[in-house]
Amino acid sequence: MRGVNDLGKRTVIPFGPQHPILPEPVHLDLVIEDEKVIEAIPSIGFIHRGLEKLAEVREYPEMVYVIERICGICSFGHGLGYVTAVEGLMGVEVPERADYLRTMWHEMSRIHSHMLWLGLTADSFGFESLFMHTWKVRERIMNMFDLTTGGRVIHSVCKVGGVRKDVGGEMLERIASEVRDIRKETKELTKVFLNDTSVKNRLCGVGILSEDDARDLCAVGPVARASGINQDLRLNGMCKYGELGFEPVTGKSGDCYARCKVRILELGQSLDMVEKITSVLPDGPVEVPVKGPLPTGEFMMRLEQPRGEAFYYVKGNGTKHLERMRVRTPTNMNLPSMVRMLQGCDLADVPVIILTIDPCISCTER
Amino acid sequence: MGNFKISGLILRSLFRRPATSGYPAVPKEWGERTRGRIEIDAPECILCGTCARKCPTEALVVSKAEATWEIDRMRCVQCGHCVEICPKKCLRMAKEYTAPGYEGRTDLIEIPVAKKKTSDDGI
Repeated sequence: MRGVNDLGKRTVIPFGPQHPILPEPVHLDLVIEDEKVIEAIPSIGFIHRGLEKLAEVREYPEMVYVIERICGICSFGHGLGYVTAVEGLMGVEVPERADYLRTMWHEMSRIHSHMLWLGLTADSFGFESLFMHTWKVRERIMNMFDLTTGGRVIHSVCKVGGVRKDVGGEMLERIASEVRDIRKETKELTKVFLNDTSVKNRLCGVGILSEDDARDLCAVGPVARASGINQDLRLNGMCKYGELGFEPVTGKSGDCYARCKVRILELGQSLDMVEKITSVLPDGPVEVPVKGPLPTGEFMMRLEQPRGEAFYYVKGNGTKHLERMRVRTPTNMNLPSMVRMLQGCDLADVPVIILTIDPCISCTER
Repeated sequence: MGNFKISGLILRSLFRRPATSGYPAVPKEWGERTRGRIEIDAPECILCGTCARKCPTEALVVSKAEATWEIDRMRCVQCGHCVEICPKKCLRMAKEYTAPGYEGRTDLIEIPVAKKKTSDDGI
């Protein structure tokens, strides 16, 4: 049993909000004993922007451009979540071609998000050349976004009633050919991420989250799937995923390696889905005109973003402004799991563990 | 499991051309749809102010009294909403980005207004 004298051996190390490993600000108080983390106490609130409140003063068609800027990486996912929620509130049916295009862009955004994560993870355990090679491949998908939407990071293609830009035959052929090249390069990277000794030494058995813990702490996305929970909202009738035929990737061990493996296997799945869409894209319009104020009522929807499940709630009051909008993002749900993973880990593993939940604090604080 | 799994990739990269381009010596090729910056075809503008009212970042100011159209380049996020909703289609999205600078930049465009007939004209 621990006595009062044992407390003297403990040290509290502040981690963040500015830290080389953190792309965004989150602060952790790490309680350390003999280089082992006993407890991690997170605090957020450095970049709150009040975007939910802004939805009450902007008209709903313009608000999509603001919502996309909740996060630079899941920008398409946020735009898609918002427009789908507003369409649900208004009872708008989106044309089939637009739905396929949304699915394609959403999967492309998953590829670029996972590539970004893989690169950052390689960087976090000091594998600089792997980081550079991963981001070199990611650049191809960014160029595809620039080609099809006009923006590399913020795409601004989703609108209430469909999409703003169509993707024609020549562009589809180029996407399909790029996807084939990316698949070849990804295969080589997969070998390194899954089989290299130095990668395995840093990831295997580190930051374990058991299946029960993942359920209790409501983990979402790849974090939950790596712990063995077969949960993917793409199978819940979202967009056209039902017609593309895919099975969620799950892991077993729940450690950093399992989370890395889930993401890298999802990458291959997403590439397959994008390629399939380029061949099955139906003809037809890409948008339906939507006019008039929002009806009185509320609508809630959930979607699977690259980082996990996001939740959107909109409430209309008969005007062109939303009375209330609420966004709950994947990182918000994964922070409790991150705190559990950190308990008992080595201080040197803290950056890797934090990164494996793919934290996005901009999303969390909105 | 094994060591040096990345060595093949590194060796190939070593003998290839760099993946990056030598910007600005090598000019950037803009995509067909790249959203760079907003441009206005001034003679076509009717100063209706729709773009300013619908701008999500309030980057545009249209003054009917002074016949001016003003854009704050630092506020504009190049979403292209104004281009889409302009009733006269006098706004367009140029491919080149606004050049970087040390200070925020605001462009004020004077809109030529056709001279209206008044009682002074003898009517």
